[in-house]
Amino acid sequence: MADAYAIEDHVYDVVVVGAGGSGLRATMGAAQAGLKTACISKVFPTRSHTVAAQGGIAASLGNMGQDDWRWHMYDTVKGSDWLGDQDAIEYMCREAPRAVLELEHMGLPFSRTEEGKIYQRAFGGMTTNYGEGIAQRTCAAADRTGHAILHTLYQQSLRYDTDFFIEYFALDLLMDDDGVCRGVMAWDLETGTIHRFRAHMVILATGGYGRTYFSCTSAHTCTGDGNAMMLRAGLPLQDMEFVQFHPTGIYGAGCLITEGVRGEGGFLVNSEGERFMERYAPSAKDLASRDVVSRSMTIEIREGRGVGPNKDHILLHLDHLDPAIIEERLPGISESARIFAGVDVTKEAVPVLPTVHYNMGGIQTNYHGEVVTLKDGDPDAIVPGLMAVGEAACVSVHGANRLGSNSLIDLVVFGRAAGLRAAEVVTAGAPHPDLSSSMDDAIMGHFDKIRHASGGTSTAEIRDKMQRTMQNNCAVFRTGEVLDEGVKLIDEIWQMMPDLGVSDRSLIWNSDLVESLELDNLLRQAVVTMHGAAIREESRGGHAREDFPDRDDDNWMKHTLAWFQDDGTVKVDYRPVHDYTLTDDVEYFPPKARVY
Amino acid sequence: MVEFNLPANSRIKGGTTHKAAAGAKNLRSFQVYRYDPDSGENPRVDTYEVDMDECGPMVLDALIKIKNEIDPTVTFRRSCREGICGSCAMNIDGTNTLACTKSCDDVKGDVKIYPLPHLEVIKDLVGDLSNFYAQYASIKPWLVAQSPAPPDGERLQSEEERRLIDGLYECILCACCSTSCPSYWWNSDRYLGPAILLQAYRWLIDSRDEIQGERLDQLEDPFRLYRCHTIMNCTNTCPKSLNPAKAIAEIKKMMVQRQV
Repeated sequence: MADAYAIEDHVYDVVVVGAGGSGLRATMGAAQAGLKTACISKVFPTRSHTVAAQGGIAASLGNMGQDDWRWHMYDTVKGSDWLGDQDAIEYMCREAPRAVLELEHMGLPFSRTEEGKIYQRAFGGMTTNYGEGIAQRTCAAADRTGHAILHTLYQQSLRYDTDFFIEYFALDLLMDDDGVCRGVMAWDLETGTIHRFRAHMVILATGGYGRTYFSCTSAHTCTGDGNAMMLRAGLPLQDMEFVQFHPTGIYGAGCLITEGVRGEGGFLVNSEGERFMERYAPSAKDLASRDVVSRSMTIEIREGRGVGPNKDHILLHLDHLDPAIIEERLPGISESARIFAGVDVTKEAVPVLPTVHYNMGGIQTNYHGEVVTLKDGDPDAIVPGLMAVGEAACVSVHGANRLGSNSLIDLVVFGRAAGLRAAEVVTAGAPHPDLSSSMDDAIMGHFDKIRHASGGTSTAEIRDKMQRTMQNNCAVFRTGEVLDEGVKLIDEIWQMMPDLGVSDRSLIWNSDLVESLELDNLLRQAVVTMHGAAIREESRGGHAREDFPDRDDDNWMKHTLAWFQDDGTVKVDYRPVHDYTLTDDVEYFPPKARVY
Repeated sequence: MVEFNLPANSRIKGGTTHKAAAGAKNLRSFQVYRYDPDSGENPRVDTYEVDMDECGPMVLDALIKIKNEIDPTVTFRRSCREGICGSCAMNIDGTNTLACTKSCDDVKGDVKIYPLPHLEVIKDLVGDLSNFYAQYASIKPWLVAQSPAPPDGERLQSEEERRLIDGLYECILCACCSTSCPSYWWNSDRYLGPAILLQAYRWLIDSRDEIQGERLDQLEDPFRLYRCHTIMNCTNTCPKSLNPAKAIAEIKKMMVQRQV
């Protein structure tokens, strides 16, 4: 099959797939270490979805009052509902201040305090002294922090000797018979040619897969391509049932309104004008963790206290805030609310609804970014030649629920860690072994089959069915009955793939084919997500089972590993949560009841 | 030799009209520029009728509906759909803007959709931005400072100093402004254009940067900076309401100030 396509070869020490925050940081680290580095991205780097992050990046700088990385660590562990691995969480929180200062030194335009330091705001679940007070820990560039980070990292990348392959769509990993990753195959959209990138280390920085759902804050391009490459390579994904709903997506459009609005004093009200979060989270109120707020909103709507003609959403007020503060600190969401909800935030409330936002699950890695898997009884066996960072990875620092502003810090801390690790394990310029052509055949066979798919169901139709099924059957609240139905439906949708029909046969900028390859990627992830959710009989973080309302540490304090098998079935196994820290500077936080 | 007519292979031919299914009440026609690089045939304009009762409010919603339900071969870039990534910049109703934040209701009559002007077209609405990106890299868009950063802290910057970068750092590199500039149309090989000059100014006035003089030296050139003739299309068209023309004027002022 590969003979039908002329394949152009490239040889690198390190190839990074994805040019969002974590991919660019990893690329920079590898290049700084003197490794010959390439970065492949299906979009120009500043179009990556990191650009849409708003509120900020968490680090215990202590610019707005006393802070400690241990408090940040405690909050993250609690936020994760004790599914996070505490060695990795310690690493992230310890390294966070340094990572943020590094961004500032690169020129990132952070907002400033009166003393000229980086401005920090309050965010959900971020506390002082192990839950006592509210911390101002989230470093912000107005409400465009992701944009500022992504552009800063892209600007830095221009300083280093790195080859960027822009608008190249990564197809699959080159995995040899020993389970070692030898590189990645990609398709150049502009010329329509196929490229084989050989590398001693492939770093997947391919982001989340929010587009499995009908309504999400995620960009159209958030299709989890790296996750799907893992599944096609016969490797598992971890904790995929944990999907975060952001409390404040704009009703209808789904665009994000940052949690920073509530950090700056905004609050949610129901149809009775009540600040209902005071009932659900008496201490943290509107700044409780995202899973808690999303569930509370869903209950309010379900009990008839939603607003609007259909009583199906909630109002977010910031019209009581000083317009000068809004203009300085929340200009971006003011623009979004005006364009997508027709609302002047200084005068009216914004209609909002919990909206799919983030995937806690993904590619199992250690805190160096190395991909690990369950192999011969070892739950942390390294997959040589492969790393994953950012939302694609599941380190796991976010466990069952991510705290707001912990994703941006995850990107830069682990992007940096991956670069450092690559410098240790890769020898610059080392020769590459010969590769068997059967690898190319399998990859190009998959590509060619979808390119020439001539069935009766369009990509958009199958995608729509998948998105509605995920939205209906794998939502904020879940029950065994609804999930079992979801499993049946999503498996049926997977069975529709042989009837896929692609209209455009070209190789040049064939976005019909891109969307079809992305659909194949999304659907695999949707299947493992639904199956994982149906199997986990407890409630933890973002996974809320009405038939199993409590967390069950005895049976379920473990990570789910899910394999997607060739016949479309899912195999599930588990690995233990790391119940230890990285150093003796902090003690393991034992599980306890999670109240805000 | 100046060409006053489009080259023969660029002249737009008539295209196909895709009628909506019978029964649709709230019809709107979208005229979309099409170019197929494989056939090499001249570009054409296809017309698609869309039932707006079944469609989201933005032009991007309509394009996605057309791609999903009528013609999957229609090709355009898109990603965030909320005006922050800059992918879906195109010429709509004669103005460069983002399809995701442009409401169909703001267009009178048929909605005419073309690629950004004066770019090489790769396919349909996808233009080649390589020159634009290369120009961006040419201005060294990163902080340069000889004095070392504090080892355990940030470089301090007052709120007033920070405010100077507002209205500049928000640029999303969508290229709407540069491709609306007639001066850039003529001289994009040598004139940096409004987007890149706005970025240049962003680094010129960042209090933390220490090579202002060198940056100005790089811009002191009849083409790179001075091809701006204050036509102001850039500022009129910017979908983020930024003011590249003002940034360019500020650079010109800095050039004068350092000579007196």
